[in-house]
Amino acid sequence: MVPEIDVQLDQAVPDGIRLRIGDGPLAPALRRLARHPVARVVGRRLLLAVPLLLVVSASSFLLLSLTPGDAANQILGPHATAEQYASLRRALGLDLPVQEQYLHWLRHALTGDLGASVITGETVTRAIGERLAPTLSLIVGSLLVSVLVGVGLGLFSAIRGGRAGRLADALALAGYSVPAFWIGAELIVLFAVKLTWFPATGYVPVSHSPVDWLRSLVLPVAALSLYGIAAVARQTREAMLDVLASEHIRMARANGLPARSILFRHALRNASVPVVTVLGVVAVGLLGGTIFVENVFALPGLGVLVVNASLQGDLPVVQGVAVFFTLVVIVVNLAIDLAYTWLNPRVRVA
Amino acid sequence: MSTSSFGLELRGGGSWASSPGFLRRLLRRPLAFACCAYLLLLVGVAIVAPVALPATNGEFAGDLASIHQGPSLAHLLGTDAVGRDVLDRLLVGTRVTLVGVAEALLIVLVLGVPAGVVAGYFGGWTDRAVAWLSDIAFSIPAIVFVIVVISVFPGSMLAAMTTLGVLAAPGLMRVVRSATLPVREELYVEAAEIAGLGRPYVLGRHILPRITGVVIVQASFLASVALVAQTGFAFLGMLVRPPAPSWGGMVADGTKLLFVDGWLIWPPGLAIAVTILALCLLGDAVRDAATESWLAPEGPARRSPRRATPGRPASPGTAALLSVEGLSVGFATRVVDGVSFDVEAGQTVGIVGESGCGKSVTVSAILGLLPGAGRIEDGRVLFAGQDLAALSERGLGRVRGGEIGFVSQEPMVSLDPAFRVGHQLEEALRHHLKVSKVAARARAIELLETVRLPDPETVARRYPHELSGGMTQRVAIARALAGEPKLLIADEPTAALDVTVQAEILALLRELKASRNMAILLVTHDWGVVADICDRVVVMYAGQVVERADARALFRRPLHPYTRALLASDPHHAPEGDALPTIPGIVPSPARWPAGCRFHPRCALAVRACGERPIDLERATVGRQTRCIRFEELAA
Repeated sequence: MVPEIDVQLDQAVPDGIRLRIGDGPLAPALRRLARHPVARVVGRRLLLAVPLLLVVSASSFLLLSLTPGDAANQILGPHATAEQYASLRRALGLDLPVQEQYLHWLRHALTGDLGASVITGETVTRAIGERLAPTLSLIVGSLLVSVLVGVGLGLFSAIRGGRAGRLADALALAGYSVPAFWIGAELIVLFAVKLTWFPATGYVPVSHSPVDWLRSLVLPVAALSLYGIAAVARQTREAMLDVLASEHIRMARANGLPARSILFRHALRNASVPVVTVLGVVAVGLLGGTIFVENVFALPGLGVLVVNASLQGDLPVVQGVAVFFTLVVIVVNLAIDLAYTWLNPRVRVA
Repeated sequence: MSTSSFGLELRGGGSWASSPGFLRRLLRRPLAFACCAYLLLLVGVAIVAPVALPATNGEFAGDLASIHQGPSLAHLLGTDAVGRDVLDRLLVGTRVTLVGVAEALLIVLVLGVPAGVVAGYFGGWTDRAVAWLSDIAFSIPAIVFVIVVISVFPGSMLAAMTTLGVLAAPGLMRVVRSATLPVREELYVEAAEIAGLGRPYVLGRHILPRITGVVIVQASFLASVALVAQTGFAFLGMLVRPPAPSWGGMVADGTKLLFVDGWLIWPPGLAIAVTILALCLLGDAVRDAATESWLAPEGPARRSPRRATPGRPASPGTAALLSVEGLSVGFATRVVDGVSFDVEAGQTVGIVGESGCGKSVTVSAILGLLPGAGRIEDGRVLFAGQDLAALSERGLGRVRGGEIGFVSQEPMVSLDPAFRVGHQLEEALRHHLKVSKVAARARAIELLETVRLPDPETVARRYPHELSGGMTQRVAIARALAGEPKLLIADEPTAALDVTVQAEILALLRELKASRNMAILLVTHDWGVVADICDRVVVMYAGQVVERADARALFRRPLHPYTRALLASDPHHAPEGDALPTIPGIVPSPARWPAGCRFHPRCALAVRACGERPIDLERATVGRQTRCIRFEELAA
């Protein structure tokens, strides 16, 4: 059982947003904009994004304030004097109450300043920026592979049915069952150690050599994609079976539309709505999976950054990555919502 | 979900009936049984192994004289880099792995189930709060958030797995809420409330049993997620301090030695994969067992040979445009039994009968549109001399739309919701008439005018959901006309529409018939429609034709008791003020067709002979047939 995502059509319909628009000269235009479905979708996501970011940052901040040793401890080490310690605490603002520290952090975060690593002193924003490319390549690549292979597998299973279809289902289930960090290691053994087709570990920037960049990504993307392929295949299959059983498909057949058009235009178009919805869930899953996969393949990305920071107690970095990942999820969800609006005309009515 | 009259089990909207036999039904499935047995075994290992193999946790558990040994009798799964027995470590490591999963699962269930039930059962603000929470939770990247918590509580598995549980709970809440909602609407729950049984009683007695299936499915899914997370964090060295063994930690140990010894990652990796697989399969089995009764037999209809027995060769010389000869259709049981009738060019024929008599199945079979396992078991469908029942799907494709148009009873769902109306018409036109895009567009507008839609240009730009039922039916008719068919099959085209719209659609059909000299085969149970438009009438009962006649003659004097009873029960004809006469009893389902005349148990004229042997369809007068041995008494 690859999780079947329960798609709630009405939930995706943006509503419940009441904006008060005055009677100014721009009022009619504003009102039209507020009624525009895309504006409503964006608005709804943004309204959700604000509390989301606050929840994530505030709760992580609160958690961090619970730690026994604070950043001053980390920086000075065990041999510092009490005065050194107290003055650094003051300098870092650690002597202030938690809520003031948080507001201080928040003010800076809004300008893109997420603090600095207590180990290296590098700013968190910079640390994230430097390690963004491998992570982004890995996630975008895996998302692409998940969609292409997953939709293909799901379509095949739904259309062919029978034994071939069950085989496709079993493949998807197997893909879901193997953890990415383990299959990653197995891929290294087979394709890097035995066959030496691909490098075992490491990352080559695309600016350095596009071919080597691709080669360094093949195995990690393969390891990370299995989960996405399984989820997309499952959803595609279920959605296609649902649509193929629907009356409008029967009537399209009844009126002689060719099978190809029925399957790949009418059925696939309608089935793509739930598939797109599951992509949001898959993207969040890939974001988690990349943390494990980067560590298997020693890709210098955000996953390696956050794990090392966590093991070293470099809390500002951990927190910064968490906030950044949340931002990514928000952007992904917004994109999914827009795609959904485009695919499903029933949502588009204002 | 009730069984439809065709003996097909419908899919969708099923409830998670958790009858007492549920567990037994589940364990009867070999796969489910195997999964349960495996998971129980794991729990046993987790309890016993650390006690039975106390040395495995120790710093110096290994034997440095025997490192990197492959599987042998002494070490069934070999030894690792410091000579420790891999099997021992795997078994002992089961405990910490399962404890982590259990911690997360417990939190999810404790938080998710009650909140979901409350939201579904009480609704209101609790419901909105759950919806909002789950929206938020779905947007939190859980893994990285767990890492935040691990940073604060280094090495604390309890903190990590609790966090995971908290983050997963809103998802479960939402699913439980959706499962609770329909239960709450059910009559017996309302009755229990009215009867003064307290809410706790209703919750415990009626709702919890009904959501058990959903919760088990979700729990097995969430357990697999927790297992991936636990082993993953252990792999990263964030949860379990070495040298204590854990599955994830063993994969990590093996990964460090990939170039030396590729074997070491296999045992822990497979243990994780098999456990996830078992959880997934168990979840699937629970779902299947709980929904067993309402699943359609197999996925999409495969177009296997459509007719079980080869038909006789088409006999030339039949004058009729469409000639159905001895058509029998079966799903699990036979539902249409030897139906014959003709439709002449330009003629309008009505098929009349109560619901469940096989009318819709008959017309679906003509175009090879039988759902699911339905197939033509016998008979021929001659159209312009060609036997449609013997045609391949591809051959039928040429007839559908081009020669025979089809309009269904549910206009609102008969058009593709994702495409504009005009686009769908153009697609049909381009396919059937092989015209250019521009020509198709112009022709589509013309067609919309033909079906009397005001402002066709605007309508063409609309999506189906933006049109009313009557308008959609006009569009559906327009599409059926796109290929300029000689015959239009309309399956209760007005059933879903309100009365004034019905009349307009009928007027349109009459007009089209006249202007295009198009034959119409109309399924209906409305005598008004028959009187309005039909030349000939075919009366069906329990899968058979019981009477065929010209419409006018039939109204004047029905020659079958069923026809007479049907006519008498027509609200248009009943004397005002009197109670509407009805036919006693119901149409028997195909599995329960009585012997002899199938109508005789409900027939006022039945005599002993009626129940003894099957009655044939006999010629009564010129152009009239009836399946009744006492028709002469009706004629008199």
